[in-house]
Amino acid sequence: MKNIWTITKREFTAYFVSPIAYVYLITFLVVTNWLFFRTFFVLGQADMRLFFGLIPWIFLFFVPAVAMGKWAEERKLGTLEVLFTLPVCLLDIILGKFLAGLGLIATALLLTLPMALTIAGLGDLDWGPVIGGYIGSLFLGGAYLAVGLTISSLTENQIIAFILGVAASFGLLIIGTPMIAGGSSGPIAQVLQYMGLEMHFTSIARGVIDSRDLIYYSSVIGFFLYVNRKLLETFARR
Amino acid sequence: MIHVEHLHKHFGPVQAVSDVSFDVAKGEVVGLLGPNGAGKTTTMRVITGFLRSSAGLVTVDGIPVSPEEIRTRRLIGYLPENAPLPTDLEVTGFLDYIAHLRGIATTAIPGAIDEMIDTCGLATVVGRPIGQLSKGYRQRVGLAAALLHRPPILILDEPTSGLDPNQITEIRTLIRAIGQERTVVLSTHILQEVEATCSRALIISSGKLVGHGTLSELMRASGGHARYTVALRAAREVIRTALEALPHLEIAEWLSGPTDERQRFTLAGQDPEDRSEEIFGWAVAQNLTLAELTHETASLEEVFRELTQTP
Repeated sequence: MKNIWTITKREFTAYFVSPIAYVYLITFLVVTNWLFFRTFFVLGQADMRLFFGLIPWIFLFFVPAVAMGKWAEERKLGTLEVLFTLPVCLLDIILGKFLAGLGLIATALLLTLPMALTIAGLGDLDWGPVIGGYIGSLFLGGAYLAVGLTISSLTENQIIAFILGVAASFGLLIIGTPMIAGGSSGPIAQVLQYMGLEMHFTSIARGVIDSRDLIYYSSVIGFFLYVNRKLLETFARR
Repeated sequence: MIHVEHLHKHFGPVQAVSDVSFDVAKGEVVGLLGPNGAGKTTTMRVITGFLRSSAGLVTVDGIPVSPEEIRTRRLIGYLPENAPLPTDLEVTGFLDYIAHLRGIATTAIPGAIDEMIDTCGLATVVGRPIGQLSKGYRQRVGLAAALLHRPPILILDEPTSGLDPNQITEIRTLIRAIGQERTVVLSTHILQEVEATCSRALIISSGKLVGHGTLSELMRASGGHARYTVALRAAREVIRTALEALPHLEIAEWLSGPTDERQRFTLAGQDPEDRSEEIFGWAVAQNLTLAELTHETASLEEVFRELTQTP
């Protein structure tokens, strides 16, 4: 437990040592605010459904960028050898890195709060769906992050990790959409629909938090972190 | 302290280490010697628990590395080859991070770090990110990180590679000082390093252990002969007759002209034993004036070349 915290702290602060984290956060805020307010004033509705609708697409690029360096950089520098000869179990290291990434995602989400406050000032904002939307976004970000970390452990190159991370997350996002899964209610279509990230987010974006969706995201996170661990055991240590 | 028994390690079809067995006793400084790519790093990585062995048993202080690697890692301080370190962290920040992960009590951490900064001569680079440091300082930071938890065993992979001569001397002095109270295994392909720091050497070639023992044992095993360069103020004939009193030595080569007043020549011994004192005693007994006496052992280079040459 203590080790997880130590690693989380180190990995989280590592984002802010270089200007990268600031670039991420500012880009994220500018893009989300621009895309949101552009249509917000046209529609003139005091809710954030539009914002949460954007999240899966913006996170698609933002989260793989958060995850890309986490293992790739360690592999490139050779510091994996330092980390893996410390008396710390692999799961602690993986969780530490995951929580640090999740911390940055949470920071980004937190910084969009002024947006919510602005809307609340302009009209009558229902805070229930907003809080639900934030929780759902964090879970969605966590799922992307787990995918990105797993891919980051496969390469020494951050750019490759980023591109493959976006591609894999995109695949997972659209797999359940009617275009891929088909509109039918056949068993395969239903499985694909269940596997897709997007279907589980639509209700969250509307502000409905269903425990089944959260369980779904948690299992995606758990599954990919498990794969991450297996890959590191087999590839990095052979 | 370290026990390696029939260690095998292969990467796919490549056999990196095959059937290596050795023991390292407490307090020994052992050099793992071999050409590049011989399997030194792989052997060390298995001992440290970074890599898993394909077959064989490795125990550290009686504890098997696999499956109890977390326990054995506590006993080991490890400096990987080229000292890979996170470039973004500041020197003390990095040591602090390692100290926490090593499980050092929070109250004891500042003291431990100060001690390491002192021991490894890091005072001038405190406050700078590791990425800005020179190779020599990185190596020292790596060493400090390996020593931080006062491990009974220290494993150093090519601790002096890429350093300048001054830094090499410093690191060697440091290793010798550490070796006074700890078990040290270091790998190198530089032979002087073994002569300078180790009490015993293990020679690995193409993944196999081809020789082990103290340095003089190794030289003897390789059939090295001692040679002496001697200069005497006497005529050749006199020297020849006098030499009959020295049964283990014979003249290998005359280095001076046949009529020179002072005769210089090399004596070859039949064994690697040091007989310099015997020669001195002989010269005195024969009433010959000794002008020069140099003992030349079979060099470690020769031994190494002989043992690691692939037939």
